[in-house]
Amino acid sequence: MTEQEKFENMIDRMKPEPHRILEVVRQTTAESTFRVAYDGETLDGQFFMLSIPKVGEAPISVSGKGDGFVEFTIRKVGRLTEGVFGLQQGSTLFMRGPYGNPWPVKDFENKPLVVICGGTGMAPVKTLLEHFYNNPEIAKDVYLIAGFRDADCALFNEERAKFAEKFHTIYTLDTGATEGFEGGLVTEHISKIPFAELGDYNVVIVGPPVMMRFAGAECVKCGVPEEKIWVSFERKMSCAVGKCGHCKINETYVCLEGPVFNYTVASKLFD
Amino acid sequence: MGYKVSTEKMDEILKGLSGQYKVFGPKWDRPHKNVRFAELKSVSEIVMDRQSNFSIKEVFYPISQVMFYFKGEEVEPSEVAEDRDLLIFARACDINSIKRLDKIFLDNGENNSDYFYARMRKKVKFALIECGGFENCFCVSTNSNETDDYAFAVKIAEDILVEAKDDAFAGLFAGCEAADYQPEFVKENTKKVTVPEIKKENLKAVSELEYWKKFDDKCIGCGGCNTVCGTCSCFDTVDVVYTEGSSDGERKRVWSSCMLDSFTETAGGAKSRATHGANMRFKVFHKFYDFKSRFGTDWNMCVGCGRCEMRCPQEISFIDTVNELAEECKNI
Repeated sequence: MTEQEKFENMIDRMKPEPHRILEVVRQTTAESTFRVAYDGETLDGQFFMLSIPKVGEAPISVSGKGDGFVEFTIRKVGRLTEGVFGLQQGSTLFMRGPYGNPWPVKDFENKPLVVICGGTGMAPVKTLLEHFYNNPEIAKDVYLIAGFRDADCALFNEERAKFAEKFHTIYTLDTGATEGFEGGLVTEHISKIPFAELGDYNVVIVGPPVMMRFAGAECVKCGVPEEKIWVSFERKMSCAVGKCGHCKINETYVCLEGPVFNYTVASKLFD
Repeated sequence: MGYKVSTEKMDEILKGLSGQYKVFGPKWDRPHKNVRFAELKSVSEIVMDRQSNFSIKEVFYPISQVMFYFKGEEVEPSEVAEDRDLLIFARACDINSIKRLDKIFLDNGENNSDYFYARMRKKVKFALIECGGFENCFCVSTNSNETDDYAFAVKIAEDILVEAKDDAFAGLFAGCEAADYQPEFVKENTKKVTVPEIKKENLKAVSELEYWKKFDDKCIGCGGCNTVCGTCSCFDTVDVVYTEGSSDGERKRVWSSCMLDSFTETAGGAKSRATHGANMRFKVFHKFYDFKSRFGTDWNMCVGCGRCEMRCPQEISFIDTVNELAEECKNI
């Protein structure tokens, strides 16, 4: 590679490119899914840096993908996400990526899979769930525990209904049971998974840091070996390429080694 | 080869180089009442009786730097205005601090060099200033008192002694009075630091020491220590638009600081580290454990320049902090 080519590769890794918003689907009062034109490949669990000039940039996980598009399910909670909510079908969103290590999907195939997610934590596992929903021949007993604060916060109603057809699902609300939902935190439902009968399986946990800590501990308590558990971290990032320092946890850079980590690594990371 | 030259002769040589190099060194910055690295018109401007307040890094990794320009849907990377190379007069600790920055910007991950850093870094050559040490530095403790990364070395006194190490520069001194000169490095500092025994096995225990809590109130999270540090590299990105209502503008990167309250704050207000004590722990770990562990170096990130020691408005001594921690580590 010539020096010129090396420098061009370096720019390509960091340069935001304009992409057209194809559709905006409202999920809840605070969350919407933005479908954005995109022709490249993305692996399940990866993220992009989304930006709007003058507003800024933030890392957002891919929540859906298909021919010629990727989707981001975004909660209106900060400067950039408020800016994104000002956009509509036909608007331009700037993107760079995808970044980060994906879920080890091949290792999950043809084995039972347990997915435990809380709130917007369902976004980074949704393409993984769809992979198994759409390819039943490689799926073998998928268990999904998805928790939300209350019924108004519940994401992906349509997809969850679909998943319930093929997967063993437990949908739960922190505020208590109501139609279509059980009550209680996701951790309260983990012991219902028949881990002992699953043989060679994997567990995926995504959600707020506290939820992941307790859910991880509960799985271990239920006899799940640590190396079978996978998590995904969400951290502040300004670069996503291991330079800005914001996502660093001791000697680990979440943007480079994560956001997906095996629990044997993740459980030893601390701030 | 060694030479002895007058200040005037050295200035003449630098003037001869000015078509190819922009020359920098630590000089008095009157508007800011600071010693900072800036363009030199004469070697006599190099401040010798005190340490520069800011480190060398701002010469090619500036406080604020445009990365991309936005114009409608066009995104263009910024260009380098200076087409000359950079020759920087610097002490051993400063040259060694760049070795640390190189690791983060050029070697953190495979094929993952930083464009904006790399394009400036390849232009840089160093002129080593022989240094006898200052009141607050501890380069011997951090093993960063010596370097061989320089084109030529100078000992600045009434006359200037020169060692021309790089052949490209040796010719410039041809005809000057020969002198037997090799730069000497600091052998002992007044201040000494014991590098704490932080390792994978005791990482958690050291992190959980009560010791860190004393910084919760004492530190005010101003980030001054990171700002003057030659090895701190963290940044934020900031967008600027030229006129209201337009989205034409630029995306800059601006130095950040792990001591700021907002450093780990994500949208919604959650913080991975929420106290000044936790931030101090993070900074000290990075300087004396994380960096070494990540890059497999036998050198620490901290180069012992002592600038943070001088900068802290709360008079938190980094030297005392590290030494006290080394003691605490022994008791784990």
